[in-house]
Amino acid sequence: MDAMPPRRFDLLAWARTQLFSGPLNIALTLLGLWLLWLTVPPLIDWALLKAQFVGSSREDCGGEGACWVFVRVHLPQFLYGFYPEEQRWRVNLGVLLLALFALPLAWRRLRENVWVWVGLLVVYPLLAWWLFHGGLGLPEVETSRWGGLFLTLVVAGASMSAALPLGILLALGRRSSLPAVKAVCTVFIEFWRGVPHITVLFMASVMLPLFLPAGVDLDKLLRALIGVAVFAGAYMAEVIRGGLQGVPAGQLEAAKALGLSYWQQMRLVVLPQALRLVIPGIVNVFIALFKDTSLVLIIGLFDLLGMVQAAVTNPQWLGYAVEGYVFAALVFWLFCYGMSVLSRRLERRLNVGRHVPEDLA
Amino acid sequence: MAALDPIGPPRRASSWRSPRLRAWLLQAALLAAVLGAVALMFGNALDNLARQGIASGFGFLSQPAGFGIETTLIEYSETSSYGRAFLVGLLNTLLVSAIGIVLATVLGFVIGVARLSPNALIRGWAYAYVELIRNVPLLLQIFFWYFAVLRPLPGPREAISLFDVAFLSNRGLQLPKPLPEDGFGWLVAALALGVVAALLVARWRRDGAGRRWPWTLAALLLPPAAVVLAVGWPLAWSVPELSRFNFHGGMTLTPEFVALVLALSLYTASFIAEIVRAGLQSVRRGQREAALALGLPPRLVLRKVVLPQAMRVIVPPLTNQYLNLTKNSSLAAAIAYPDLVSVFAGTVLNQTGQAVEVISITMAVYLAISLAIAALMAWYNRRQALVER
Repeated sequence: MDAMPPRRFDLLAWARTQLFSGPLNIALTLLGLWLLWLTVPPLIDWALLKAQFVGSSREDCGGEGACWVFVRVHLPQFLYGFYPEEQRWRVNLGVLLLALFALPLAWRRLRENVWVWVGLLVVYPLLAWWLFHGGLGLPEVETSRWGGLFLTLVVAGASMSAALPLGILLALGRRSSLPAVKAVCTVFIEFWRGVPHITVLFMASVMLPLFLPAGVDLDKLLRALIGVAVFAGAYMAEVIRGGLQGVPAGQLEAAKALGLSYWQQMRLVVLPQALRLVIPGIVNVFIALFKDTSLVLIIGLFDLLGMVQAAVTNPQWLGYAVEGYVFAALVFWLFCYGMSVLSRRLERRLNVGRHVPEDLA
Repeated sequence: MAALDPIGPPRRASSWRSPRLRAWLLQAALLAAVLGAVALMFGNALDNLARQGIASGFGFLSQPAGFGIETTLIEYSETSSYGRAFLVGLLNTLLVSAIGIVLATVLGFVIGVARLSPNALIRGWAYAYVELIRNVPLLLQIFFWYFAVLRPLPGPREAISLFDVAFLSNRGLQLPKPLPEDGFGWLVAALALGVVAALLVARWRRDGAGRRWPWTLAALLLPPAAVVLAVGWPLAWSVPELSRFNFHGGMTLTPEFVALVLALSLYTASFIAEIVRAGLQSVRRGQREAALALGLPPRLVLRKVVLPQAMRVIVPPLTNQYLNLTKNSSLAAAIAYPDLVSVFAGTVLNQTGQAVEVISITMAVYLAISLAIAALMAWYNRRQALVER
């Protein structure tokens, strides 16, 4: 736990207590400085000072520093995959529409409006599917040509929006007093949580076609999305179950005493409290899901990492693996770190006025 | 009797609005739907397999595999059976997981403690490590270590030497190999005896005064020392040496293995560090202050007061991370390290086409590991609950 900040910041006093309070502390400070000196100057040298930024081919590189030309040349592929160049405006428009649909969430009043959520979770996905895939007047772009960051966002968006509803249903089912419902949900959750995500994706890609009637052919991307949604739901269910357990029993009893039906009890009394309790857990699952989108490359879909991997192993551009991975890592990091910062702010805001002592929280 | 029973069935029990009847109907419908879906899928699978001419059943496990595997812990050749290949993959998975768990735990505890260091610079480093590593996908990190760091290394002739006993090159990491000689079995037995004796002594001397260490240490070291005196040091080392084109002697860890272990332990360590930090912070400050006020020396405060309480918070999520690491080791398939998924759900599946059997076996293995650890955790939690209060 960080110490309380002093009223007026005193650099000398801060350094004395934080860095030079004793022989061991001084040694640690020296160790930290040594590590800094070891990593930061070479990193700045490589990534900025000696790096090559402009150019259009491999010949423009060759210095000691990073060759960002590699990323620059491949950037359209990293962002859109093999999506036809003259159709990329549809992807851009889709992202813009998402921002528009999500905009109402900025106002607290609208955040509780059902229609805002219906728009975001039902209308937008259908609209986006039409926009990205085509048909009804738009030229068709098969999902095998989707790729790059665009595909990463599609997979992440689908898994996140499937995770919450599925997770809530499974968590309620697991806490149900009906033995059959409870058993089915428990087995479902524990099974998908117990196996590696890769095997789930393998299963979706090679086993699922076997389970479908002859002649029914599911799109590869759709099969992957089904696989991802299933384990996303199972993980989310366990987080939400934790929240359900944290709601005092008196709340449920009071709701029952008011004569609310089961779904009214859950929707109006229990879930709002349970979900608020586990916001950090929910965001953690979202972050994990976002990172796990990269696994789809193993079953042959080209997400951001898949496109970077293809460019890195391209014989014409051998030797720039570090640049490619650093770029991909930066993009993933920005999204994941952004989500965790957002969650911490949300948590703080929701906790306002609750005044739970640290020891009891 | 029934008339007096205040919680007997309500009068309208037989009507459609009765909660019990509705509950039964709901459950029956759910079970019927689940069973129906499973039966439908099973029937489709049988149809499809018959149409594609793919055999079913587990007979393929005894057929010869016909492919080689680079890293094996047990004897294996191209003429070995698919069952043997399965075993090789399983052992490789367990090997990577075990080593990864040890490294991740050590690193995770160090960084977790560093997150609470009084030194701001060290705190900052630990924070930077955690936030950098855990927000980047593991698969990307595996690729980074394998394709960007280990593969572009120079060949054996220009290998990077680590104190002349270990060498790092594009062939992997060459390490000295222990060669047990006569009497090594005795040493192992004596070591086991020493551990048992030490545990007994520690239990016998448990007086809380912290003076049991010399006795415990003596009990631990005496039997092995006796064996070494009797038969001599029964362990030799084979150090790798560079001959014309490659290394001889020692043992080789392939680049795939090194990349996988490195990425898995660095990644998992960032999560373990956060668990350790949360655990240490969960012990209220008053506990520490009270222990100090009672006159306990600081090192006993940590060992007797802070750690036991912190471990109660740390252990459950920690085992969860161990489980995650084991499951994540299946990403080996992406860089062709021959683990269970790569060998079995990859090569064997492609050769036999028996997707249902192969994926089921693979999932069953991981499920068994998960359930075993979950059961262990439930047992631990029950034990902790008894100790509480």
